Amino acid sequence: MKSSIADFAVISPRTLAEALASLRQTPPPVPLAGGTDIMVLLNAGQLEPGVYLNLYSVPELRRPIEVSAGVRDAGTWGAGGADPPGEVRLSALTTYADVRRHAEVRRLLPMLPLAAREIGAVQIQSRATWAGNIANASPAADGVPPLMAYDATVELSSAAGVRQVALSEFYSGYKQTARRPDELITGIRIPVPAPGSIDYFRKVGTRKFQAISKVLLAGLVELGGSREIRKIRLVFASVMPFTYRARKTESVLEGRRLEPGAVSLAVETLRTELKPIDDIRSTARYRLKVACNLLEEFLGTTMGC
Amino acid sequence: MPDVLTTPAYRWVGHNPPRKESLEKVTGSAKYLDDLKFEGCLHGKTVRSTVPHGRIKKISFEPGVPWDEFTVVTARDIPGKNVVSLIELDQPFLADGLVRHMAEPVVLLAHPDKGMAEKAVKRVHIEYEELPAILTIEESLAGGNIQYGKDNIFKKYHIQKGDPESVWPKADVVIEGEYWTGPQEQLYIEPQGVVAVASPTGGVTVWGSMQCPFYVHKGLKPLFNLPDDRVRVIYTVTGGGFGGKEEYPTLPAGHAALLSWKAGGRPVKIVYDRMEDMWATTKRHPCKTRVKAAFTKDGKLLALKVDATMDGGAYVTLSTVVLSRGTLHAFGPYACDHVVIDTRAVFTNSPPYGAFRGFGAPQTIFPLELHLHRAACELGIEPHELRRRNLLHQGDRMATGQVMQEETGLEGLMWKAMDESKYLEKTKAYREHNRSSTRIKKGVALALFFHGAGFTGSGEVFLDSKAGLELTRDGAVRILSANTEIGQGSFTTHSQIVAEELRIPYEMVEVAVPDTAVVPNSGPTVASRTCMVVGELLRRAASDLKEVLVKSGALAGNGHTPSEFRAAAGKYLQRFGELKVYSKYKPPPDVSWDDKTYTGSAYAAYAWACYVADLEIDMATYQAQMKDFVAVQEVGRVIHPVIAAGQIEGGVAQAIGWALYEDVALKQGVMQNCQLTNYILPTTADTPPIRVFFYENPYQNGPFGAKGLGELPMDGPAPAIAAAVAFALGDRIIPRIPILPETILDAIS
Ligand SMILES: Cc1cc2nc3c(=O)[nH]c(=O)nc-3n(C[C@H](O)[C@H](O)[C@H](O)COP(=O)(O)OP(=O)(O)OC[C@H]3O[C@@H](n4cnc5c(N)ncnc54)[C@H](O)[C@@H]3O)c2cc1C
Repeated sequence: MKSSIADFAVISPRTLAEALASLRQTPPPVPLAGGTDIMVLLNAGQLEPGVYLNLYSVPELRRPIEVSAGVRDAGTWGAGGADPPGEVRLSALTTYADVRRHAEVRRLLPMLPLAAREIGAVQIQSRATWAGNIANASPAADGVPPLMAYDATVELSSAAGVRQVALSEFYSGYKQTARRPDELITGIRIPVPAPGSIDYFRKVGTRKFQAISKVLLAGLVELGGSREIRKIRLVFASVMPFTYRARKTESVLEGRRLEPGAVSLAVETLRTELKPIDDIRSTARYRLKVACNLLEEFLGTTMGC
Repeated sequence: MPDVLTTPAYRWVGHNPPRKESLEKVTGSAKYLDDLKFEGCLHGKTVRSTVPHGRIKKISFEPGVPWDEFTVVTARDIPGKNVVSLIELDQPFLADGLVRHMAEPVVLLAHPDKGMAEKAVKRVHIEYEELPAILTIEESLAGGNIQYGKDNIFKKYHIQKGDPESVWPKADVVIEGEYWTGPQEQLYIEPQGVVAVASPTGGVTVWGSMQCPFYVHKGLKPLFNLPDDRVRVIYTVTGGGFGGKEEYPTLPAGHAALLSWKAGGRPVKIVYDRMEDMWATTKRHPCKTRVKAAFTKDGKLLALKVDATMDGGAYVTLSTVVLSRGTLHAFGPYACDHVVIDTRAVFTNSPPYGAFRGFGAPQTIFPLELHLHRAACELGIEPHELRRRNLLHQGDRMATGQVMQEETGLEGLMWKAMDESKYLEKTKAYREHNRSSTRIKKGVALALFFHGAGFTGSGEVFLDSKAGLELTRDGAVRILSANTEIGQGSFTTHSQIVAEELRIPYEMVEVAVPDTAVVPNSGPTVASRTCMVVGELLRRAASDLKEVLVKSGALAGNGHTPSEFRAAAGKYLQRFGELKVYSKYKPPPDVSWDDKTYTGSAYAAYAWACYVADLEIDMATYQAQMKDFVAVQEVGRVIHPVIAAGQIEGGVAQAIGWALYEDVALKQGVMQNCQLTNYILPTTADTPPIRVFFYENPYQNGPFGAKGLGELPMDGPAPAIAAAVAFALGDRIIPRIPILPETILDAIS
């Protein structure tokens, strides 16, 4: 262990109010959830000495997964369907294992367990949280793309109150997020997609399991009667400096019929939209090509070929 | 369970008794180095260079650290010679004035508190005058910047048989190619670790995770100017080595001893963490090879020329012998009248490359076998058929002039491997499949090869190994050997051999801890020699021990029960006090080697093998995924089938890593991706079923017929895999490993 444990302090507030109050200090304590990102830095000697805020001691942050009926409103996802869309809420300390075990979430949001089973292995899955994955803001985070494809909202709480930020607005640059230092992520709200939506999740890592992504695509498409693309979400991990929603490619597709011409147009658009990173895990060239291949695979399988 | 094709009629040999060390390891009671507690122990740390080549201008110690609580050692504190005694005397224990590679040890620190010691490393500042560095083989050979000898070349070898130059103009087809194999990290699970207690009065004692206690012993004597009996090296349970604990442990052992010496004899422990271990310690030598081969239209190999260059790093260490083994495996198991092999190991400003399972052989087998696959494609002959037409047979001469005294059996191994892997059906089916499928491309291919067991050439004679047995007080037998258990099962196989020879239960054989004060020097635990060479010394010692007991009248000469043996031992010990029997290495008759001309019998025994790799490439991600692997080999008598199969499976998995996953990213000559998160090893999800088959052709000079097998499985997989990738891509050869998905994308676009 390169860091000396003596340089670190941990506070364990008993209530959310206490936790939020502690975050008003300067410098604010650093939230500690599952610790699976933080401990890696500690081991590498790269963790800033200071005060850490143990979230496990706060009962409000440990609430189980909640599934509720959503409020029908004309502008939101699935408004055209027969059933009112529901909503799933993960709390700050919901882990990947919690999601894998939850039958209803598996049915309503199938990309979440797919992502969860490819994150680390059981030890990590039992400890690591979705909120930690979001807050850590790694471009390679595997939990974020499916949440973003599902149009999830991040619930940010501070002593001043609660605000909701769309996950797709949460990132603005490498490790740049909408979270202020005095805020905690207290929940993640995910609307259940319209019935008949088709999803696609594929993680391309440096090996089959226990790997960091080189390219990942989480996609969700809602098709109308004549194969018209009503709505599509294309979210990539590890390609850009932060989790990236390919809005340009989405907008080229939305309103179009899903047919081979649309697929090649989408791939062409994506090829110019992405400006991939080059790093120790892969090359920009590889990322661009594979991202395009995944998009082609997603749209191709959706068309049934 | 491995498929052993003949069943010997022995009580222990060929059976699978529980491993000697298993119970302790499985229950967690085995004590690895870092589990050992020493009263008043200090924690040692190494301050390493951060430039690949430079003159040390100044070493300063940042204020704010209680330096008076630390023990600090630099090159000036060394009581004896600042040189690691190995083949050449060019490597210092601590850089003195000049650093020649990144991560070179410069300053040593020790403190009672581990955290303090850790933090202080960053507070030592070394200023350099940077000098131009050599970072590639090409730069090394370009001249201009000469840092070793006259030409940066550590060593060259030349083997010549016939005259290939006279063949090129006459041959139907001449095929040339250039190949590259990358460095590889051994990645033993337990990192390097040692504890030392050293003082002018008490001498030097070192405990450590290591393969070769007597290498460390030899390295420490000149460092302290001490005679043999004042230096003691004790093996501790070792969590893997793969060559990475052959020569390297001498450095941390010397460092811990220097700190202890300066700290008045307090114990000092040095345990590297994973990052330091990957950053600073040895790797497999990278190698660049050109192959040129001439054939007749119908595939007869007329001439072969191999030119290989290995990057040795900044000090000679073992590069000359790694290169030697590479040289002696470069021509493969083929009959050819005209062969020339030229090899060299060169200096670069990288941390020294070192021993790693296969020891140079995988680096030269890869280019040859892949080149034969390429030739088969170009000649329009099936790859197995091209091999078959050129195999060595009884009476043929290898490139070194060694005459094959008997059939290698390689053709039979090849058919068996093809049979088990359904090779012929698959080649047909996969070609068909690849024509129609754009999403998945399939490939299957084979490689044929041998691995010479034991030290190269006259090496075993120079080693002059000695191993022995002693009777214990309760009438059992204890093995006295310096050979270490590093996960490969040597304590077990040695015990089986001794039990078999003495006709006593396996449980009545113990193994002494390899401790230089207790055991004789039976040579290093390397080179696939432990079972074959040392096992035979122990078998002979057992035979002699029995004879002593019989001659003394204590034991009947015509068979005994375990209790009769015990009683006889007791009787003997009562009369004579103790019984220790040693045996010394004798070269097998009619094995001779000429180091000057590189001719003769390079190895006394060879293991032979044919491996088949079956894989598919996902054309969306360009990842080659192994689907099946068949490993058929002839290794003489298999002493312990489960251990032997484990060696093959592990070696194949390690070679799959080398071929498809493990990419040492070098910057300034040193590894950048020193973490398991970005140095990618295959997991069980990435490795296929590995199906292992043994043929047994007992070798007359090995214990009960055993030959070496530990390194063999590292040799064959990479060329078979690269050829299967070529098959999948429609005969497109990718001549370098690792073949990462990025490599495949680049190759096809
Ligand atoms: C062996 C291993 C394998 C891994 N494999 C993967 C993988 O395959 N894919 C992947 O995406 N990740 C992987 N990770 C990374 C890590 O597990 C995930 O990012 C995980 O989701 C982080 O959650 P955590 O609860 O452990 O976060 P922590 O380490 O506790 O925190 C991470 C960051 O988020 C902040 N934070 C945490 N919770 C909150 C909150 N409620 N509000 C505000 N800020 C908060 C912390 O301050 C910190 O900056 C792996 C890690 C390890 C060690």
